[in-house]
Amino acid sequence: MSGHSNYIPKTGFERWLDTRLPIARLAYDSLVDFPTPKNLNYWYTFGGILALCLGIQLVTGIVLAMHYVPHVDHAFASVERIMRDVNYGWLIRYMHSNGASMFFIAVYAHMFRGLYYGSYKAPRELLWILGCVIYLLMMATAFMGYVLPWGQMSFHGAVVITNLFGALPLIGQSITTWLWGGFAVDNATLNRFFSLHYLMPFMIAGVVILHVWALHVTGNNNPTGVHVQSKADTVPFHPYYTVKDGFAIALFMLMFAAFVFFTPNALGHPDNYIPANPLVTPAHIVPEWYFLPFYAILRAVPDKLMGVLLMFGAIAVLFILPWLDTSRVRSLRYRPTTRMYFFIFVVACLVLGFCGGRLPDDYVIPGLKTFQLLDADLNSMVWLSRFATAYYFAYFLIILPVMGLTENPLSQPKSISEPVLSHSAALPVGAAASPEKRG
Amino acid sequence: MLRKCLAIAALGLALAGGPALAAGSQKEPRTVAWSFNGPFGKFDRAQLQRGFKVYREVCAACHSMGLMSFRNLGQKGGPFYDPKYPNPNDNPYVKTIAKDFETSEIDQETGDIVKRPATPADRFPNPYPNEAAARAGNGGALPPDFSTLSKARMGGPDYIYSLLSGYSTPPAGLEVPSGQYYNPYMLGDVSAFWKGEGHAPPGGFIAMPPQLAAGKVTFDDDTKSTIDQQARDVAAFMTWASEPKMEERKAFGVGAMIYLLILAGLLYVSYKRIWRNVAH
Amino acid sequence: MADSVTGANPEHGADGDDPSRRDFIHIAAGVAALGAAATVAWPVVDQMNPAGDTLALASVEFDLTKVQLGQSVTIKWRGKPLFIRHRTGAEIAAAIKDDKAALRDPATDEVRHKPGKAEWLVLIGTCTHLGCVPTFGGGDYGGWFCPCHGSHYDTSGRIRKGPAPTNLEVPDYAFLSDTVVKVG
Repeated sequence: MSGHSNYIPKTGFERWLDTRLPIARLAYDSLVDFPTPKNLNYWYTFGGILALCLGIQLVTGIVLAMHYVPHVDHAFASVERIMRDVNYGWLIRYMHSNGASMFFIAVYAHMFRGLYYGSYKAPRELLWILGCVIYLLMMATAFMGYVLPWGQMSFHGAVVITNLFGALPLIGQSITTWLWGGFAVDNATLNRFFSLHYLMPFMIAGVVILHVWALHVTGNNNPTGVHVQSKADTVPFHPYYTVKDGFAIALFMLMFAAFVFFTPNALGHPDNYIPANPLVTPAHIVPEWYFLPFYAILRAVPDKLMGVLLMFGAIAVLFILPWLDTSRVRSLRYRPTTRMYFFIFVVACLVLGFCGGRLPDDYVIPGLKTFQLLDADLNSMVWLSRFATAYYFAYFLIILPVMGLTENPLSQPKSISEPVLSHSAALPVGAAASPEKRG
Repeated sequence: MLRKCLAIAALGLALAGGPALAAGSQKEPRTVAWSFNGPFGKFDRAQLQRGFKVYREVCAACHSMGLMSFRNLGQKGGPFYDPKYPNPNDNPYVKTIAKDFETSEIDQETGDIVKRPATPADRFPNPYPNEAAARAGNGGALPPDFSTLSKARMGGPDYIYSLLSGYSTPPAGLEVPSGQYYNPYMLGDVSAFWKGEGHAPPGGFIAMPPQLAAGKVTFDDDTKSTIDQQARDVAAFMTWASEPKMEERKAFGVGAMIYLLILAGLLYVSYKRIWRNVAH
Repeated sequence: MADSVTGANPEHGADGDDPSRRDFIHIAAGVAALGAAATVAWPVVDQMNPAGDTLALASVEFDLTKVQLGQSVTIKWRGKPLFIRHRTGAEIAAAIKDDKAALRDPATDEVRHKPGKAEWLVLIGTCTHLGCVPTFGGGDYGGWFCPCHGSHYDTSGRIRKGPAPTNLEVPDYAFLSDTVVKVG
């Protein structure tokens, strides 16, 4: 940990505990006294929101597991029993299913924040990589969780994703059979997915502890990207950020409640309320919204194996990001050209998500038939996916390395306090300081 | 910064359109101002009772509702809820309804499967003993179970209402295969059967013939029994069957949102106070 | 600790530096947050209570015409066996005669059936010793006999001999008509 501990045990019990297992000291140092940059904006509240989301998923999930039956003949009916007969079962189930979506909304905001402010750059490379590990575990957990209700989308989504592994040469089919535990997605698959779905959130919790530990070793990044130089740059985490995070959490819960109570099935697919039927494939198989960008990348490539590799590659490239970005300047606030490319990157991700939910041959501009380019019309979703995929990889593999070397960044402030102090004499107490504060 | 975020969010929302329908089409369902729409929506008890009657007299001959029990009819929010009987198993009306249905059980003395009158604790019985019998009785098609049907279709009650009341004579040039019926609200692709000019008409073929007819079900509250009314009522009933907890959910939600707004307000003031003395 | 006023301007006193007012809002916010947590905690606890379908089977109606005179029928109720016995006059008389006997768990026969319905005994068929199901008619008192550890019950279901501490339990039940009882 950075810095020495200011914790002073006050009561007899605290002294007793401190000499045997200093958890009160640990809690005090990490959550109360921890010096945090004082200029963190609301994009920095998503970490706390994510911790809460994990807690909500764990509690609601354990409760659901008391009533859910992981057998193909009973799974669907057991979920409906939870919705109808278990006291407040409808609430717990909807919190769990919508909570997963909220978890991903928060994690994407958290990741985009990291990309924008350069939070992945030295000395926080491992912090970023641990975050990528958490993201991978989240995706695996969410995928397996969606299979459990055993609806049409659950089943056929499992079929599609497990079949992806069959693309690998030589070992592909063996791996798929091993995953299935049989010749197709069936009861064996459902049972093991339930077991692993229960396990993985605890693995996530473990990696989250490492993630927060890594954060506390280096200290937080901040919107200027300039490191903390003195105590004047920081405030203690409690009460400044406990309350700010609390307020952000309350707003997040408002959004969560709007989904849970008023449109609980908006982010899902009606076909998943049809019990799974291996003999009938739904008209459009789509994964949950948070996987749509990767689904688009998968379908953009005409070759099955290359599509799989590119889809996993899109996640893998995140792991090596700290070494791809060559810039000495952390925050995109001071890198205007790269910043523009970043916003186009965000748009590309949204476009990929949009394409993932459409059929590849759908027209982008309705009714406009242009010309056949290779295997599809130019005005088709698949070509839009291809352009967006190309930009996605170009951003990481070309733009970031090149811009770091060629761009002339704006001059960064000398410290976190400096842009505040230089203007504070003219402004009333506690008012917003410099224009640098925005963006 | 905020402006950019709003622009990106707006772009994202603008791009998020409806479902892709290239491989099939259907007429947009007619929207109905259901009593249970919106955050303060509630089921219309009289409508649920009429809808149940339609189910009982028209639909139950072929469609099971296997995740529902008779006692659900008497629970809070249900069509026959009576505050005098908080335990729906005691509700005399529910007991009477249940007795009219027959459910199978095993005779403890002979081991044979026999029929007995149902009790509130029993599930709604399946009109067919198994899937094969159901298909055999319906030209190879399986009548879907009603328990989650309203949730399992895009458009929910609007779709069901439109489908049931929307059968129309197929346009000239459309060859309807035998055993099938044309319905413009059914998702499907009839282009292979279209011999007329221009685009194939929207909709598809459904194995269920039109079931509703004017006056087919007499409503106990003297509501005029048109096809439109029957379709509305049974769609509302099916929505209740799919989501019996909807009213409770929305009521809890209104309270939760108000509470969270107050909590957010308190936390905001608390936050502002704490940060008052710090230039940031 | 809290107010690191480094670099900030000193108070102009515009807002009034009232500590009690400042503390109140934090307490109010904290209490409201705890209230939200409690509101979420209650469903998590309540979901473990019996669910709707379990409660649906909490009461059962039984047609007494199925039970011949002198016979006993066992049905399942709330997951446990339930004895419904149609007692003969001799069995009733024997039970009343022993009202004054030395009983481990004293009870008159009258309190163990419904008024005017002495021929009908409704008892939970679980031995009060360690939970085995007693057999009908066995034992020294003509009632029931538990084979596990040798508890003898009389024709009123009272424990007479053996290790069981109390009489067979009489559940909550009522006659809906002369021929139908509702148990539970």
